[in-house]
Amino acid sequence: MEIKFTHHQSAHCENGVISNLMKHHGFNVSEPMAFGIGSGLLFCHIPFLMVNHAPAFTYRALPGIIFKRFAKRVGIKIKREKFKNPQKAKSVLDENLENNNPVGLQVGVYNLVYFPDEYRFHFNAHNLVVYGKENDTYLISDPVMEDVTTLTDKQLEKVRFAKGAFAPKGHIYYPVDFPKELDLEKAIIKGIKHTCKDMLAPIPVLGVKGIRYTAKLIRKWPKKKGVKKANHYLGQIVRMQEEIGTGGGGFRYIFAAFLQESSKILNKPELSNLSKEMTLIGDSWRDFAVDASRIYKNRSAKEDAYNNVASQLEVIAAKEEVFFKKLKKAIN
Amino acid sequence: MKKEEVPQDKSNLESANFKELCYAVDENGEYTTVNSSGWDPKTIALNKAIEDINERVEDAKQRVLNNQTSPIEYYMEFHKMDLQILASYVGLWKWRVKRHFNQKVFNKLSKKVLQKYADVFDVSIDQLKNIELHGN
Repeated sequence: MEIKFTHHQSAHCENGVISNLMKHHGFNVSEPMAFGIGSGLLFCHIPFLMVNHAPAFTYRALPGIIFKRFAKRVGIKIKREKFKNPQKAKSVLDENLENNNPVGLQVGVYNLVYFPDEYRFHFNAHNLVVYGKENDTYLISDPVMEDVTTLTDKQLEKVRFAKGAFAPKGHIYYPVDFPKELDLEKAIIKGIKHTCKDMLAPIPVLGVKGIRYTAKLIRKWPKKKGVKKANHYLGQIVRMQEEIGTGGGGFRYIFAAFLQESSKILNKPELSNLSKEMTLIGDSWRDFAVDASRIYKNRSAKEDAYNNVASQLEVIAAKEEVFFKKLKKAIN
Repeated sequence: MKKEEVPQDKSNLESANFKELCYAVDENGEYTTVNSSGWDPKTIALNKAIEDINERVEDAKQRVLNNQTSPIEYYMEFHKMDLQILASYVGLWKWRVKRHFNQKVFNKLSKKVLQKYADVFDVSIDQLKNIELHGN
């Protein structure tokens, strides 16, 4: 059985699932809209956590939270379930498909067979939509892929019950209740306010402060950790910023697209100008990535080079601080 | 980033024949999406990370062959895991898994526990005990 479901490729999996499910139910919500209303933009150095033997950085809100906020702000209800028993998880999924309801699933990436080998790490917060089943094969719409794909029931069970941090535990979710019309205006303002609050938070590892803190760490790495580790850590920052899903520039371009769309909906031309400014900030992040990659490309980098990219981050932090203060004013 | 600036470098995405989506501005200043085949700065970062993993696997392999650690550490590295992840897959405490890195302890493991590891690593018990039988 196959549910009539239109697959649209997106940059990021979570926004993509939201946007695709909303479109399926007749609400035209773009990926940037889902991301912006869900206050997805962030910068955070997550203390005490090591990922792939390097410190953890993120350019976005915690997995799952974007959809949660989006749903609350536009007034839709989502049903979510997690399972201990894979059998039960499967039967709930099958029931939904039989009722013609495409569902979102949280899965681990390591055993996702259609991903290139090089991208298969133990990352458990990937999202996809299941929109049908033929015999033992599930029809999959993975938003980061150009086209739809399939997984056998064994393969699907493996990724639904991946273990480790953020273990999905068969997590299944789908919208159940919609308002007659989405109140986007209010939702956009709430989303923007929240993002400004996060980015300007007085917490050392979060937002603009987090960027400055990271710059400080970079200056220390070559002496404290040695060149090899310093380069590995720097590579990790660039990967978190640019790897599949960010749309480029650590989600800054998606956010700029959101501001552009919002300026039309709210009829506020100043948001369109701010969108242009955010695009330039995104470009600065890209420049940072280029310079950082020059360092880890050559194993023997001068200490100067680390100080140089650290200074670049400090400039970005200053720009974002000014930006989010302006944005906060613009929507008040 | 302008539409025509979206990088089209060669990358690991090619093997799976897919392109990722980027956001960029068109000639009228409107946001649009463009597919990208990859970008060197991140391809280099990814390749370095994979090189690192391969080094760790090779290092673990040598230490197993020199009787300095048990095959479990080799298979853990091979599957890009760390202690935390492996422990949650086999359903044991981290300190127990770490103890199983000790060759003497490993040699005394029950069949049941060995089977748990073998299932997680997708190998037979013989392969688990002797890493030279491991295909890769």
